[in-house]
Amino acid sequence: MPEKSVNIVIGGAAGQGLVTIGQLLSKAITRAGHHLLVTQRYMSRIRGGHNTYAIRMGEEEMLGGTETIDILAALNAETLDKHLDAMSAGALVVAGDDLDTKGLNALRIPYEKLASKPLFHNTAMLGVLGRAVNLDLGILEELLRQTFAKKGDEVVGANLDVLRKAYAWVSDQDHDFFCDIKPGGPKGRMMVNGNEAIGLGALAAGCNFVSFYPMTPATGVAMALVAKGAPLGLQYEQVEDEIAAMNMAIGASYAGAKALVTTSGGGFALMEEGVSLAGVSETPLVCVVVQRPGPATGLPTRTEQADLNLVLHSGHGEFPRAIFAPATPEDCFYLTHRAFDLAETYQTPIFILSEQYLADSYRDVEPFDLDDLPEVAAPLLEWKEGDYKRYVLTDDGISPRVVPGFSETLVRADSHIHAEDSSITEEKSLSVAMNSKLLRKGAGLFEEVIGPDYYGADNPDALLVCWGANLGACLEAMDRYDGGKSLAVLHFKQVYPLREEQFMDHLEGAGRVIAVEGNATAQFAQLIARETGFMTSDRILRFDGRAMTWEYVLKGLTDIL
Amino acid sequence: MVSIEEYGEYETAWCPGCGNFSIIKCLKQALAEQDLAPHDIIISSGIGQAAKLPHYMRCNMFNGLHGRSLPVAQGIKMANPEIPVIVTSGDGCSYGEGGNHFLAALRRNMDLTVLVHDNQIYGLTKGQASPTTARGHVTKAQPEGNRSDGFNPVATTVAMRASFVARAFTGEPGHLVATIKEAMTHRGFSLVDILQPCVSFNKVNTYAWYKERVHILEDHDPTDWAAAMTLSEEFGDRIPLGVIYREDKPVFGLGGRLAEHAYDKNDLKAVLQSYT
Ligand SMILES: Cc1ncc(C[n+]2csc(CCOP(=O)(O)OP(=O)(O)O)c2C)c(N)n1
Ligand code: SF4
Repeated sequence: MPEKSVNIVIGGAAGQGLVTIGQLLSKAITRAGHHLLVTQRYMSRIRGGHNTYAIRMGEEEMLGGTETIDILAALNAETLDKHLDAMSAGALVVAGDDLDTKGLNALRIPYEKLASKPLFHNTAMLGVLGRAVNLDLGILEELLRQTFAKKGDEVVGANLDVLRKAYAWVSDQDHDFFCDIKPGGPKGRMMVNGNEAIGLGALAAGCNFVSFYPMTPATGVAMALVAKGAPLGLQYEQVEDEIAAMNMAIGASYAGAKALVTTSGGGFALMEEGVSLAGVSETPLVCVVVQRPGPATGLPTRTEQADLNLVLHSGHGEFPRAIFAPATPEDCFYLTHRAFDLAETYQTPIFILSEQYLADSYRDVEPFDLDDLPEVAAPLLEWKEGDYKRYVLTDDGISPRVVPGFSETLVRADSHIHAEDSSITEEKSLSVAMNSKLLRKGAGLFEEVIGPDYYGADNPDALLVCWGANLGACLEAMDRYDGGKSLAVLHFKQVYPLREEQFMDHLEGAGRVIAVEGNATAQFAQLIARETGFMTSDRILRFDGRAMTWEYVLKGLTDIL
Repeated sequence: MVSIEEYGEYETAWCPGCGNFSIIKCLKQALAEQDLAPHDIIISSGIGQAAKLPHYMRCNMFNGLHGRSLPVAQGIKMANPEIPVIVTSGDGCSYGEGGNHFLAALRRNMDLTVLVHDNQIYGLTKGQASPTTARGHVTKAQPEGNRSDGFNPVATTVAMRASFVARAFTGEPGHLVATIKEAMTHRGFSLVDILQPCVSFNKVNTYAWYKERVHILEDHDPTDWAAAMTLSEEFGDRIPLGVIYREDKPVFGLGGRLAEHAYDKNDLKAVLQSYT
């Protein structure tokens, strides 16, 4: 738990530039060596509405956001009305002097005086916020120089001018706010969000193909790949629909690409047919599903963990799969990398099940380590040992995979139940043999399962069981709990398959077992029950479209214990 | 020289007399005449009687799902631009289930050869109307006659200025071979809509029906769009065969062979740097 953290919430309408201010401030905070965690809430509209960009800044690493606001940067009056309840004691309001700050401890920015044009108001806000949290002016200056470099010296100069004035202005103001985050922690850290980290993990695994149809909040993964991967030789296409995305990626993979598709629940529903095709044709594929609330269009820009069942059961018929659920950008990176290796080794679809909260949540992370990454499995370019049969029956179910077009080896992939040589068969024993072969690959995947992480007391009075991005909220709630019972957290970053022996002792050793999930029916607890017969005793569920926070978990804990 | 035998002979699940036999034979002939061996090409197909074609041929194949032959084919092409990719599937598969993909693929204009076995009926599911079935055509599933207009693939593709649009007929094998070859040598999206009688379920568009109507185009200039447009409407008493429209247009840009691709670690390190 962070001993000290400051939660800065920038609020306003879409189109007012709050994301720009937020990103610049986050980057400056990262460069100053502080830790941070960003939570974005936005509405499904391009202009208007009420959006927030929350930066929690701390001296120690944080895994979750918080609801208590220490600095509220308001771009409009609505922001003030909406968040007054959440302000901490001694909190600071930063707003233009045209807004009524209701007698609160405030820095009321005289935009007219500091900035010649409304265009520069956001830079003034950045200067004020930067000063309020004691960021070095030089860091902010450098950031603006880089940001506006393409627009020419004049634009850079004008922005620097406003920044400096605004920064200096704060020193002359009376306000009681005190930021006690000590400057200067680790330097050289990256600022990435979950979506970007997935894209980078894919690139690090050699991903060279992505086909996608835009859908919030998954689009960022494809955008990161297109922006950063194209210079590395990545082929990409924005296709006509998710069905095409899936099938195109499968075609590319068959022909030797390391392919990825990315979508959200609604798009994934369309992709399911292709999941089954990847399964039976034994085509490696990494599929990123970034969850948002459903059913159907649901809450398009908000967060939830309700697509576990969808992904778990996706595709008709039976074939092996693995599902990862990252908690952090580091997980996003390393698990995506691993997903490519497993997809290729077992020739089956592998899933990254992320969520909007993580997708849009920037963190400061240690630069990902490219040198120590394990080698990712690759197909063969030719077959030298006699007749080649694409689906030859083997003990481990894995048939050697050759890429067509590089040799005289003919590679025949098929969507039916087929014989070893890919010809269609309806012969009884062969059908059984082929299905069994598919499932034998599952046994291999099972051996490679990453077990859950355990934090806290042995044999606790209560064990919080969570998955995906809820880890941070659970850990912080555990640390802050002072109700006299012992607690622990069990976190799954791989949610399927499950290996009982990796966690049953923990479940059985706890007094109560509380499932903490971002959905209404405790889907993961039900999965545990299905796989192990173990029934969790209690649940803390959130499905209002908002990210799990330590406050929410703590309240649930207090109610239960 | 590649011989037609290299493509093998297989037992099929097609009905005796089906137009598909002519298509597979002509395709093998066209490939052999281009000196393309089984490993030199990849065939992507969907589901249906027509789509089983690559199962009956020695060649690289991806036999995928109903309607999805085109996305798969385009993925293959993007991963390996150097190998000719042929798509072979039915009218239901290509224009019905895969209709959206068909339109998108036209616009994308990758270098593909698309052979649609157009029997104006669903064969594999036993005789329901397909997108190309004419209005009023009676089937078991449309006992009062088909209530929709038939889709005109030639007019649609010409209207969209597809790169290469041709029509052929299984009863004119020499012309079919020549047309497939021409489609394969054309750079860009090439459609050959092949009139293929389904002897089991299509009692209207029979061999005799087609024979009476088809004529091979002689002095049509396929680069004349307006003339092609007019011609594309001709599907009744007279049905033109041949290249209806052709335009050289930009082909979807492709990279190298992705199976051989390896990124430079320093490039990726620079990418990571850009996030600091
Ligand atoms: C998603 C899906 N829907 C339906 C089917 C059933 N189906 C198989 S083939 C076919 C129609 C085939 O017609 P066409 O493409 O014209 O090919 P033909 O059999 O006439 O050669 C249908 C509807 C299927 N396999 N998959
Ligand atoms: S049902 Fe029709 S299309 Fe299918 S094989 Fe028989 S004749 Fe050919």
